[in-house]
Amino acid sequence: MDNMTIVAVASIVIAGITTGFGAIGPALAQGRAVAAALTALAQQPDASSTITRTLFVGLAMIESMVIYCLLISLILIFVNPFWNHVIAQTAGK
Amino acid sequence: MHISPDQTIFWQYGFFKFNATILFTWALMIVLASGARLVTRKLSTGLDRSRWQNLLEILVTGIEKQIEEVGLSEPREYIGFLGTLFVFVAAASICTVIPGYDPPTASLSTTAALALSVFVAVPFFGIQKQGVLNYLKSYGTPTPMMLPFNIISELSRTLALTIRLFGNMMSGAMIVGILLTITPFIFPVVMTLLGQLTGMVQAYIFSILAAVYIAAATRVRKPKAEPMQGVAA
Repeated sequence: MDNMTIVAVASIVIAGITTGFGAIGPALAQGRAVAAALTALAQQPDASSTITRTLFVGLAMIESMVIYCLLISLILIFVNPFWNHVIAQTAGK
Repeated sequence: MHISPDQTIFWQYGFFKFNATILFTWALMIVLASGARLVTRKLSTGLDRSRWQNLLEILVTGIEKQIEEVGLSEPREYIGFLGTLFVFVAAASICTVIPGYDPPTASLSTTAALALSVFVAVPFFGIQKQGVLNYLKSYGTPTPMMLPFNIISELSRTLALTIRLFGNMMSGAMIVGILLTITPFIFPVVMTLLGQLTGMVQAYIFSILAAVYIAAATRVRKPKAEPMQGVAA
């Protein structure tokens, strides 16, 4: 296998795995966060604005983990520097 | 592949590139500033007011209430900065319905600039409220061993703000672009609506996180209470 094939296969496989595995943990964590917020809301409905706001801030922080993974996947697929380098090498030959 | 509005270059002169990010950022700035100026030309304190004044009042009082709930006791001092963050990011996201428009927050430069302005504003407000010495001492709490971790957490907070906003905006635009080649007509419209929702949530999150960081920096620490010398008989 030459360089081009190795880079292409590695990029494609890892791009798929990154978002696939990367979304599992944050999804579970967000489920637990929402469950805890719902329990708190059921026990104290008059604190609902504080609970809702804190829930959204927490969800956004957890979500940013998935965004990092998505970013890596998108970079690997669309603006892959290794792929560009290998293409430039092959075109130069 | 159209990744960010940075790649749409209209005019180039050596190192300086006039790209779509700059164009749309300035267009947003002009629209927001002139719109606000036009609305506030004739303010009225009675019940007889224009609907635009009503809209602005709802916006301003809503943001003030949120800032107060976060823990900043005088929201008027901070509403200039935090309100601008919210209004700019929200307007950048809402204008996606205009065809041919690319949200400038989908470019890493814009989100990095916004996060850097928060990074500078937090010590600024902290020193303004507490004085230089007290603010620098806060980096050494609870023990001086935490100093490198506090500094690292400041830097990583800024990075997280940048990447969060950039990732959300860019992936929203990119998903609609990809879907247009697969299932045109209905599904991209639904995804654009979802993009609007996440845009508003991200605008809210950005400004609330900035408010929380500023509140943590301006929290006045009470000096340790003297132990009771004796109980009065």
